[in-house]
Amino acid sequence: MRQPSRLFLLIGPLLLFLGATYIVPFLGVVEWSVTLPEPGIGQYQAALSDPLVLTVFLRTLRICAAVTVASVAAGYVVTLLWVRGGPGQRLAVELCILIPFWISVLTRAFGWLALLSNKGLINGWLQSLGLLSEPLTLVRNEFGVIVGMTHFLIPFAVFPLASAMRNLDERVLMAARGMGAGRARIFWQVFVPMTRPGILGAGLVVFVFALGFFVTPAILGGGRSVMVAELIYLRIFQSPDWGLGAAISVILMAGVGVLLAALLRQVRQGAAR
Amino acid sequence: MTLLRPGPLAVTLAALVAVFLMMPLIAVIPVSFTPTRYLSVPSGEWSLRHYEALIENPAWAQGAWLSIRIGVVASVVATTLALLFSLGMWMLQPRFAGLLMGLALLPMVAPPVVSALTLYFFLTTLSKVNGFVAYDTWAGVALAHAVMIAPFAVVLISVALAQVDRRIDLAARSMGAVLATRILRVILPNIRFGVLTALFLTFVLSWEEIGVTLFITSVNAVTLPRLMWMGLRDNIDPAIAAISVVLIVIVVAVILAKTVIQRRQTRM
Repeated sequence: MRQPSRLFLLIGPLLLFLGATYIVPFLGVVEWSVTLPEPGIGQYQAALSDPLVLTVFLRTLRICAAVTVASVAAGYVVTLLWVRGGPGQRLAVELCILIPFWISVLTRAFGWLALLSNKGLINGWLQSLGLLSEPLTLVRNEFGVIVGMTHFLIPFAVFPLASAMRNLDERVLMAARGMGAGRARIFWQVFVPMTRPGILGAGLVVFVFALGFFVTPAILGGGRSVMVAELIYLRIFQSPDWGLGAAISVILMAGVGVLLAALLRQVRQGAAR
Repeated sequence: MTLLRPGPLAVTLAALVAVFLMMPLIAVIPVSFTPTRYLSVPSGEWSLRHYEALIENPAWAQGAWLSIRIGVVASVVATTLALLFSLGMWMLQPRFAGLLMGLALLPMVAPPVVSALTLYFFLTTLSKVNGFVAYDTWAGVALAHAVMIAPFAVVLISVALAQVDRRIDLAARSMGAVLATRILRVILPNIRFGVLTALFLTFVLSWEEIGVTLFITSVNAVTLPRLMWMGLRDNIDPAIAAISVVLIVIVVAVILAKTVIQRRQTRM
């Protein structure tokens, strides 16, 4: 019935392509991590005991947690309008999500520099209004990184939230109203719990994306709040320690793998329901 | 839908988020007209010097042209491979479909920096045996971009295929159509739009790609994003604001045009 041999000619090329360009080279990176500068698991021990590396790991987790909470909360509010608002509100929200989504990460990071830097627009306005004498340090620190990353990741939170809000059974809300619940009660005790899978999914997606962020922290952190991805870059290109850079990459890949497995389980459970 | 319409509080909060989302894009506009050579807001005097710099300095046009070339090659390669793969998966429905799909999507879900290091390893290894598809060459960048964007094409084409009615393919087969006929005359016309979307999206992704590009280029293959990165890292060049405004105008024009066309179609 089926023509397996010929159909594998269709499936094969992409898998061979990615095998040669991605999977085998990744094994090469794993090999670096256990052979450079000398064979053994020394680089993993170094990565997990070096105070600098640990500081970077902790900072990355802290920033990613803050960014996840901020993106999901902000995403929830706009998604609410996108899904349940009037036609004008929907269009406005859609444009405000789509336009930044299509604009390069560099342009967006630059926009935040223009707003937040010491001679930037926000400090300029505050000073010309006489509210400030010294400029506020809003960028080249963790605050700037969190702002920039949240800005990048809100659209990624919106898509899972929107699908959760769209697929929700409207009759449950009507039942709640029928039994006398007010607006606030329907929202907090019925609507929000029903969108919980979407909230968890959005949180995981944002967190996983945030972990590997490189460009935004490098520009808005100004070398002061280095995150894991930038640390890898520095270990490969600036103070070469390829083994350590490779070991940190493998640890990061493993961490993301665990989180993705959790996300997949979440999706499966949602589908099974 | 009349139940639980967003109230004034929700609308206010959403408006604040909307302002937050648009703010950095609007902020680059005044900065691009500054008369100074450093990042500042024009006070009184406005100048077009940074737009002139985009035209006068050939590096910008060269970077844009290189990015277009890389984007075309990478998106065509990635979309072709993804199209074959998705067609095969749809027709064969193989065992371990989840695993095969996971492999195909790996570069999309792995942390970008891990992909960047992996492709750096790959291209520096290739550099030892040839000088064409190698570290810091345009062909090397195109190959690396094809790897990174192929998963997005797989997702878009698979979504398009999921909406095709399998019975039309069965009908074609029962009437004796061979594999090539089934694909070219029956399935492809039904997923045309998905394939074109994949081609367009992967081109844009390659055109904007910076994370991997930073790892695999140095001074020869300077794409437009790589050039912007250099202007952002050292001392901030307001020419970045000018090029940003140009890019924003293009994106806004395309999205507005698409929205208007869609609205017209739904009204008809």
